[in-house]
Amino acid sequence: MNGAIRALLVIAFVALVTFFTRLLPFVLFPEGKETPPYVKYLGKVLPFAIIAMLMVYCLKGTSLLEWPYGLPELIAVAAVVVLHLWKKNTLLSIGVGTVLYMLLVQFVFIT
Amino acid sequence: MSIFIYAGSMQFVAVDLLATGAGFLQVILMTLMVNIRHVFYGISMLGKFRNLGAKKPYMIFSLTDETFSLLCTAEPPKNVDRNWFFFFIALFNQLYWIVGSVVGGLLGSSFSFNTQGIDFAMTALFVVIFVNQWREAKSHVPALVGLVCSLVCLLLFGADNFILPALIGMVVLLSVFRGRLDRPEEGAAT
Repeated sequence: MNGAIRALLVIAFVALVTFFTRLLPFVLFPEGKETPPYVKYLGKVLPFAIIAMLMVYCLKGTSLLEWPYGLPELIAVAAVVVLHLWKKNTLLSIGVGTVLYMLLVQFVFIT
Repeated sequence: MSIFIYAGSMQFVAVDLLATGAGFLQVILMTLMVNIRHVFYGISMLGKFRNLGAKKPYMIFSLTDETFSLLCTAEPPKNVDRNWFFFFIALFNQLYWIVGSVVGGLLGSSFSFNTQGIDFAMTALFVVIFVNQWREAKSHVPALVGLVCSLVCLLLFGADNFILPALIGMVVLLSVFRGRLDRPEEGAAT
């Protein structure tokens, strides 16, 4: 098969399957029908759990057993939490946290 | 890929799949594995995406990690149509993504500024949303369930395979706690 066509097909498959995973719940529980209470309940509590998971996902590469023992991550996450509780400004918390983390990994905890 | 697939981690995997000449079945299975978490985002958005009309298909298509997380806590300002507000969050998210992809593709090699650590912006975003949710939540149990499940599964299954077991674990635990958490006075808060 021609390389370019093959590449396009791969991208098309990835796009279709990705859309399928996003579409599935909306097909199973359409607007017209009453969504089962159990699914509604999951929809209500899952966002809290999933955000926690995404946070862990972002930090999954952190090694606690070797230098720098996750210190840059710990310091930067703590800074974001404190700053956000204090100023409640999303962009400020993300901006300062990111710059702090970059400084930490580039200049302080050099690996 | 940023236009049609629009799923960050999967696009990186797709580059790999293209480069290694993976078979179509492998492509399909791999995509399912990496993106099955979106099913859970959809379940969480069933309520919010009601009555979106013509915008709904695009909202579903563009339900990425980032868009999902913004939609979790974002509330439209007064006098702003709720549906259009959500729609523009999703649309701008994808436009930034496309612009970023194009700029990265064009300038990637000529970029000399040290970007090490810049990916922490994503971590910071989720931390901020976590803090917001923590403050708003009537119960901290769902957040703690998510945190504990993810950490335990990370230790048990390793960094590359923990998402699906963590999601399943969460659903099981949240089902166990349903009697405590699913009270009528806490309902309708989606």
